[in-house]
Amino acid sequence: MSAFRQSVEAMIPALRRYARALARDADIADDLVQDTLVRALRSERLFLGGDIRSWLYTILTNLNKNRRRSLARRPQFMPLLDNNPDASGTEAEGRDIARALSTLVEEQRAVLLLVVLEGMSYREVADIQGVPIGTVMSRLARARAHVKASLEGERPALRRVK
Amino acid sequence: MIDRTIPVTEDELHAYVDGELPTERRGDVEAWLAAHPEDAERVQSWRAMAESLHARYDQVANEPVPQRLELERLEREPRRWIYGSIAAALIAFVAGGGVGWFARGEANTPATLQSFTEDALDAHRLYVVEVRHPVEVPGSERAHLQQWLTKRCGWDVRAPELASAGLKLVGGRLLPGPKGPASFLMYESASGERFTVYTAKAATEAAQMRYIALDHDSAMFWADRGVGYVVSGGNDRERLAQVARAVYEQVEKSGG
Repeated sequence: MSAFRQSVEAMIPALRRYARALARDADIADDLVQDTLVRALRSERLFLGGDIRSWLYTILTNLNKNRRRSLARRPQFMPLLDNNPDASGTEAEGRDIARALSTLVEEQRAVLLLVVLEGMSYREVADIQGVPIGTVMSRLARARAHVKASLEGERPALRRVK
Repeated sequence: MIDRTIPVTEDELHAYVDGELPTERRGDVEAWLAAHPEDAERVQSWRAMAESLHARYDQVANEPVPQRLELERLEREPRRWIYGSIAAALIAFVAGGGVGWFARGEANTPATLQSFTEDALDAHRLYVVEVRHPVEVPGSERAHLQQWLTKRCGWDVRAPELASAGLKLVGGRLLPGPKGPASFLMYESASGERFTVYTAKAATEAAQMRYIALDHDSAMFWADRGVGYVVSGGNDRERLAQVARAVYEQVEKSGG
């Protein structure tokens, strides 16, 4: 297996994590990863060096944008239940964070996940999204404020129910 | 002591949490947080948010990779792309022209050309999201594709070579146009950005290049010798102009 392929393969678990958080639905997430990999393999010769990791995140982010664009004209369906059989003691917390994420606009969600979950630098995220660093920082700030408000808004509401 | 330091900004608080802050500024931020409990609380909440995200999603990265994502399996599906052979010859041309390409034909956009462009944008939106079946004839069969579309459309359909703009031909398909058939070509960059080139008989003999933006998509359109051209892409206008210009120049050169 070529070095290129090895690098791509090593990224699959992290791409799945990012896609799952980005798309929420596990099947859609793996579809995104699959399409990303197909595209990466197909474009091997177009890849002229550079950071394979950033490149793969760029492809996945673009594919998700295209996917959402195709959905934009239809009513948005949200899963009735967040089906995570894997959630443990922090189950409720996991549901809350997933729900808070789903209320973010696309670009903000991607920034938050790339920085916080995937540990990418502001510079790398700016390249992935094709925007200046300042835009990445303002998206990140808005995403954090929104998620914080969303998490705080839900919990007291639940407590009030006796 | 704190009074003498430059006030800490919101951006710096984020940079502090994300490890993007220059080391020499960290001490200032820590002192600031000690003196500003509200900011300290926010920083704490961002850290908790990061922990929740990892607690929720890290397990996905630890799952065994499903079979359908194995590279060997994905590779068995043969997809061959012809690329690069002609690229070098064409770079010269885009570097050339430019002057006057925005200044041809009529001053106003004819209404028919406008709706024509909307048809093209609809087709663009419909097909760019397709991963498996975006086209009828793949770009690897470029000669056949051009021949077929030329025969069906009735004017010389050439698929422009857009390697200089980082794009390769995905392929094409035939579509119903406003006055007979339309040819529809799709291009793609290494990172999955897609552009389409739609051509059909136009009611207008010639029209200068125009720009239209609709939601997340935008298009450059013009008419030449009775044929209308629409180049559609995302909402990056500069990038679209670069691609449209490359298409324009090649069409111009080949004589439409």
